[in-house]
Parts: sequence; C-alpha cells; structure tokens
Amino acid sequence: MGKTLFDKVWDAHIVQSIENGPDILYIDKHLIHEVTSPVAFVGLEKRGLKVLRPDKTLATADHNVPTINQDKPIKDKLSVEQVNKLTENCKNHGIELYGLNHKYHGIVHVIGPELGITQPGMTIVCGDSHTATHGAFGSVAFGIGTSEVEMVFASQCIMQTKPKKMRITVNGNLSKGVSPKDVILYIISKLTASGGTGYFIEYAGDVFKNMTMEGRMTVCNMSIECGARGGLIAPDETTFEYIKGRKFAPKGKELERKIQNWKTLFSDEDAEFDKEIEFNANDIKPMITYGTNPGMGMPITEKVPYPSDLSEEKSLKYMKVTEGKSLVGTKVDYVFLGSCTNGRIEDLREYCSHIKGKKKADNITAWIVPGSKMVEKQAIEEGLDKILKEAGIELRQPGCSACLAMNEDKVPPGKLSVSTSNRNFEGRQGPGSRTMLVGPATAAAITIAGKIINPLTN
Amino acid sequence: MPIEKFKLVKSSCVPLNTENVDTDQIIPARFLKATERKGFGDNLFRDWRYDNHNNEILSFPLNNPKYSGKILVAGSNFGCGSSREHAAWAIYDYGFRVVISSFFADIFRNNALNNGLLPVQISDNFLNKIFNIIKEDASSELIVDLEKQTVTIDKTKEQETFEINSYKKQCLLKGYDDIDYLLSIKDKIEEFENKNVV
Repeated sequence: MGKTLFDKVWDAHIVQSIENGPDILYIDKHLIHEVTSPVAFVGLEKRGLKVLRPDKTLATADHNVPTINQDKPIKDKLSVEQVNKLTENCKNHGIELYGLNHKYHGIVHVIGPELGITQPGMTIVCGDSHTATHGAFGSVAFGIGTSEVEMVFASQCIMQTKPKKMRITVNGNLSKGVSPKDVILYIISKLTASGGTGYFIEYAGDVFKNMTMEGRMTVCNMSIECGARGGLIAPDETTFEYIKGRKFAPKGKELERKIQNWKTLFSDEDAEFDKEIEFNANDIKPMITYGTNPGMGMPITEKVPYPSDLSEEKSLKYMKVTEGKSLVGTKVDYVFLGSCTNGRIEDLREYCSHIKGKKKADNITAWIVPGSKMVEKQAIEEGLDKILKEAGIELRQPGCSACLAMNEDKVPPGKLSVSTSNRNFEGRQGPGSRTMLVGPATAAAITIAGKIINPLTN
Repeated sequence: MPIEKFKLVKSSCVPLNTENVDTDQIIPARFLKATERKGFGDNLFRDWRYDNHNNEILSFPLNNPKYSGKILVAGSNFGCGSSREHAAWAIYDYGFRVVISSFFADIFRNNALNNGLLPVQISDNFLNKIFNIIKEDASSELIVDLEKQTVTIDKTKEQETFEINSYKKQCLLKGYDDIDYLLSIKDKIEEFENKNVV
C-alpha cells in the first residue's frame, strides 16, 4: 500500500518505535521563543545538560515584545526579564538568536519560511501551537509543550504517538474576493473546534495547488483551531520557487539535488487516510466568526445561528450577538492586521490595496503589525506605510502583538475587535475584549466603514 | 525531572460544565511572563474566577465552598487552543491531580501527562452522570485508579474504564519522565544522525 505525504516525512524521522507507545522522532529544526522556553532551560540545567544540537535550534523574541519604540528599553519589567533570559540562555547554549532590532527579527513562524530555514520534508517543532504554519512546505511541523521543548533540547528528539491522517480536498475555483483565510475559517466552521483532534491534515485539491505559499501558510497555520496537531500541503513548483534564493535555502547543485528529493513528497495514489473530507470552492464566501472559538464562523452575509447548547449560549452572550440576526452594521472599535496567520507581506498588500486613497473610520483604532523586520522593511520599500498614514493609520513594528495581547497591545474590556489573527477566545486580545476573526480584505473594508460590512458589496 | 508517582486518587470533585475550555481561559496570556515554573495556580481560570476589580465571582465553581477536591470534571474538548504548558502547571499547582472530560485537546493531554496530571477521557454519558451526582451531592467522591484504568463513582459503584498508552501509564506509575528514557538511547540517536547525515 502506498504512503501518504505525512507518512513519508514522519517515517523517515523515526529513531525508534516503542511497542504500544509513542515513536521517537528526530527533529530537524527546533524554533524557540521567550515565553515557552525559560522553564525548559531551567529543567535542562538542573539535569546538568547542554542543548544537544544548538545548530538545529533558532530563537526569536516575539510573543512578549512591544510593537512601537523597539529601539528603546522595554517598559514592562516582567517582559524585560523574559526577553533577557532568552538572550542569556541562547548565549550559554550557543543558539542563534534573532532578537529585537535584529534584521531577521520577527514572529517565529514568519521568519522560518522567509529565511529559507523551513524546507520540505523536515520535522519542525516549537513551543507554540501555530507551528503547523511550516506544513505549507510539506514538512511535519507541530506545536509542543515546554516539557517537550526540554526533551528536544536534551536529545533533538521528541516522543510522540503517531496521529491519524485526514485529507481535506477543496476543488474548483474560489470566487473573487475569497481569501485563504476565508478558506480555513470555512473548513474550521464545518469541522468544529475539535473535529480535527487526533489527526494531521493534508490539504489537497485545486484551491491549494493554485494558492501562493503565503496563502498556504495561512491555511496550515490554523489547523490547530480545529484541533489538528498540524496540517501540510505537498510541495510543488510554487514551493521550490518560493525557497530559491532565500538566505538559508540550499543553493546551486545542492538545491537541485534537494528538489529532486522534495518531488517525491506527495501522497501516493493508493495511500489511505483515516478520514477524507471534500468541499467545493464555490461554496466558500468571505467569513467571520461570531462566537468564542474559531469553529463558530459563518459567511459574513449570514445570520448568527441559534445556539445548540449552554456553552454556545454563553458564548453568544459574551460576544453580545443575537441569534437569528445578521452582524452586518455592528459597530467595531478595533481592527488588528498581523500575527503568524496574516502578518506577511501579501496580507499587508491586500489590506492596503483596499485602504488606498481612503480614510479609516473615526471610531476605529487600527493596529497594523508586520510579522517580521523583513516584512516591515519591504512594506516601507513598497510605500505601504504611506498608504496607511494617509488613511490615518500607523505601521507598527514586528511581534505577536494583539493576537494574544501579552504586550501592551490590549483591546479594552467590552470593546469589539475585528482581527486577522487566529483565535477569538474570551479575553484573548485583552481581558473582557471581544474578537471576530476575518481575512485582510474584510478587515480593510471594516476599517473604512467603522462597522461590519460585506467586503464584496463595498 | 522525575514526576510525582500516580497510583490512585479518591476525592470529591470540582465541576466545570462548559465545553471547549481553551488554555487562554485556564491561564490567560498576561500571566505567562514568569521564567520559572511556580505560582501559576493563583491565576488558574483568572478571568472566570475574578471580575475586573479582582472580586471573586461567586457563581464560578472554584469559588463555591461546596466544591473541593483533587479532581476537576470538565466539558468536552478541554484544553484546546494554545500549547502553553502553563495550563497544566496551573491546574496541578492549584491542587488538582486528575482532569476528567469526554474529550481532550492533544497538546494539553501530552502536557498534563508530562507533569503527573492525569487526563481521564470517559463517555459523554458517564460524564453527565458524574455532573448529576455532583449536583445532587457536592461531596460525592470518585475513585480514579490508574493501575486498573477505571473511574468509579464511590456511592453507586458505577464504573467506566479509560484508555492510556501503556508507556505513559508506566511513566506515571513509576514517576519516570520521557527525558530519562531519551537520554538512555543516546547512541541510537547518534546512529540515526550518522545514517541520515542530518
């Protein structure tokens, strides 16, 4: 029987299989950041160990950093301590760190791909659930806990039970104005927030074949929001073209050799999946979430569904939305464009293409946060900062920012934020804040209108 | 570090009858700034336990003096969202040793097991039965036996078995962690590296 893409990558990295237990999987790249690594370093040092393969480890400070005045000292004392601890730990263990103000600084899942570090067929882990982003390259990438970070530090391996395999196929052509974010929000709304738990998802079909690498990253990024540990897409010419010429990508003969190998990374025709789901591209419209988990999403033109249980009822109450009513016309307070989901250059371009020559609504505070220093630089080179400025919006500096609101970028209690990030949990963007998830074009339309509108009728 | 050995817990429970409890609720991001693993229990379910003025929200089960014990009983898809292990630390630090639900998110399940906190997955039916028993009598006790892989309602002796992979079960029973094992196969890892020129 043939193998799936996931099997091919996973099986090639098994160091040992424990009977009736997990596999021991070799990790090609371990990405770390300031929030989920310090306790792992403490554990490692208590054992008297050093990081086994510092050359396969890369660090950045992204979760807990300000997005303005990055050249000045960080104000929050605890944040400073965490960022300094990362610097100290990286120094002690010989780990490359792209910290604040470094030209490669940025969100861990934005910098890996843009620097050519993320490559097909790799195993990649990080103490962050959105590590699935890297699956866009046909790598097996997933989020891990801090004990597992310590595990990888100590042994460059992880113990993991092999997940089941699901394939989601979306064929047909997307309608005009439907973005990769709408595609993944649609998929999650169909699967629910737990429908992918226990699985690794392969995304297949016309829609993903025709998608840019950045679009594929947006899709794979949110695999965890339906519970799946990761998602991946078979590498193709689009992938190889994206990788070519990047800072740490293989070059010349080595690249040719690697591409030959990468071309073998696809699911064989007779490969079997534990679950197969198909959707039709024509059914996907611009999406928005109305509840407090990413599975509670709907086309922006539809009415809020009636709650099916007490938890959903609680959720609608928190969001101050009414079942049976449309969200269109609801006043919005904040717009956030950024995060590892939608903080790449194509997202900024898309947002700015709709903002150009217009002004933001007076009631909107818009936070536009590039995913990395390189994205920021490119945005400025393309004059996107000027388009934003003319609209009354400032381009901020890179970081995770209001996606999880660990830094100062917090939406105040009760306020409604329309966000291109990945989670709409209660208080995710600040205690008591309310979040509705959308794609960049919808975020732009709402920035101008000051209220929820259908971007296609704008 | 070796984890605390786990054999059997007999205790009353705290019921949290909500589905899709995400790790942002278990421990909000603003409390993740510590560089050491201590004190997270104080902020467990922070925004559900306290209002904006730091007053206890009395309707929340953790604030209800009726409920106490080492077992947290929660609705389906517990621990979804962020991979933050701080969620498992906070639950453990607060004093829980078992979380019972009808469904767990994958990363949370691993994080719990790696910290000696036992995630016990049971049927929706049995979960509802437990919620009802607690509702009738908050002092009702459950017996969670890892060796036998059973959950028993002490009063009625109703019982259900639960799954756990045999490797993880041994780790918990003996208090071993994965790193001890990985360090013991260092030669194998090096052999893999040499063979695959990684």
